[in-house]
Amino acid sequence: MKQRVYYGALALLVLLGCLPFLDSSYALRIGTFACMYAIMSVSWTVIGGFTGYPSFATAAFFGLGAYCGGVLINKGWPLFAAAGAAGVVAFAGALALGLVLLRLRGHYFAIASLAVAEVLRELTNTATELTGGGMGLNIPVSVTGSSSVMGEASFFFWAMWALLLLTFIVVRLIQESKLGFGLVCIKQNESAADMIGVNATIYKSLAFAFSGVFVAMAGALYAAWVHYIEPPDVFDVLFAVKPIVMALLGGLGSPAGALLGAFAFLGIEEAVWRNYLQIHSGVLGLLVVVLLLFLPDGMMSISKRLSQLGGRRG
Amino acid sequence: MAEVLVLEKVSRRFGGVQALQGVSLSVGSGEVLGLIGPNGAGKTTLVNVVTGVRSASAGRVLFEGRNITRLQPFQTARIGLARTFQIVQPFPDLTVLDNVAAAALFSQRGTRLSEAREFAAEQLEFVGLGQFAAKSAHTLTLAMRKRLELAKAVAMKPKLLFLDEVNAGLNASEVDHAMVLIRQIAKRGITIVLIEHLMKVVLTVCSRIVVLQNGALIADGTPQDIVNDRRVVEAYLGKKYAQLSAARG
Repeated sequence: MKQRVYYGALALLVLLGCLPFLDSSYALRIGTFACMYAIMSVSWTVIGGFTGYPSFATAAFFGLGAYCGGVLINKGWPLFAAAGAAGVVAFAGALALGLVLLRLRGHYFAIASLAVAEVLRELTNTATELTGGGMGLNIPVSVTGSSSVMGEASFFFWAMWALLLLTFIVVRLIQESKLGFGLVCIKQNESAADMIGVNATIYKSLAFAFSGVFVAMAGALYAAWVHYIEPPDVFDVLFAVKPIVMALLGGLGSPAGALLGAFAFLGIEEAVWRNYLQIHSGVLGLLVVVLLLFLPDGMMSISKRLSQLGGRRG
Repeated sequence: MAEVLVLEKVSRRFGGVQALQGVSLSVGSGEVLGLIGPNGAGKTTLVNVVTGVRSASAGRVLFEGRNITRLQPFQTARIGLARTFQIVQPFPDLTVLDNVAAAALFSQRGTRLSEAREFAAEQLEFVGLGQFAAKSAHTLTLAMRKRLELAKAVAMKPKLLFLDEVNAGLNASEVDHAMVLIRQIAKRGITIVLIEHLMKVVLTVCSRIVVLQNGALIADGTPQDIVNDRRVVEAYLGKKYAQLSAARG
């Protein structure tokens, strides 16, 4: 069953790669955003879903990656090298930070992780020489080599899409690995996990690092894609909250659920935004609350619920 | 008999409470040692200090001659110390099999998950939970959860095993079954420290018994010595009764 969902999600993802052939810049823009958010929610699953630590640090990783990427590209680095470097910086930073932050549990950890983005944002604001501070950072360099608008849009879509594919596969591998097993043990009973020989501190820090590395790389791609970033834009708290809602919507602890949740959420958001321009935030919030109330285990539980329903009728 | 575990003047203080005061103790290889004492005597604290859950305020803990006083719980687990918890600590949403497999997997380096599951299945058969392997751990009854704790501990292939009140809350026939299991575990060559309130269990299973009271060791000897020790009787039943029973001879 689990395998089937995984391969289903993978197939959907591969299918999504054909989007540029539609030749619609609107679809490409939405698609790139969908991949970007899916990278975040699938990444968040490692720390929030497997390990049970509600991290709000996604925005911090995204902003860090965006600025790392932006600065390096302006220094003449090729895009993928810059994105890779952003990932390495985020991974190392998260690992080090995790050793400290993950001593906190529950709400305390959530608040502390939320503060990380704020701290980074202030640092970015004050480091004017490097980051441009509050004026933002222009990334005028064309890194794609394509002069046409559609060519560039397709390039960034495929880059984001490939990163999502990579994220999804790596997170799935983590889930199946010894690391993933250890994380689930930590989630269910941390002191018992300790007693059977799980090095909880290292495991949790690794989970935190893996929840950040691909998000930071996505941030670097984003910076190159939009050509201009500023602190309130890339360290936006919504980048921390939305991935969590998406993961919950899809089904907590399942990478496939997080992926589907991200696409579903963006689909709903787009529809609501088009139809209720003035009150779209309110309508969206209400929808999310209703969905979570009636489907607390997310979309991944729909088939189970249906089979239960069928069983009752039959 | 080689010594597996040696405690040298181990103390532990919680604020104003001296939970352990200068406890010196050695456990021989293959021994089944009973650790008894009234509530709050410091029995569980002693286990916590040895396994690294709590640090010792003073003193040293040696395991197979190696100083392990400052080790973390996951480290003591990997060198061959296992314990069961007084209040059972399963991974509630994992299957019974995976609970035990996790113990086998993480306590030994280089174990593969498939090997761990295989070994775990054997341990479940051993404690009589084979048929529940695929169930979630939270569906088990208390008696079964206690057995699951045992299976987890044994799956870690420990050299020294602390059994912290594995019989608490069990009925008579369940206790009998647990006693059989404890004896079989001892036969594998695993040294056992048994913390227990049921004197029947301690007296029949243990070859040696030590008694803790208010954090200090007050007696150490064979089961026969212990039941006749005046200080032990005092600790359990009060001074008056001890005098009375001594007067009666």
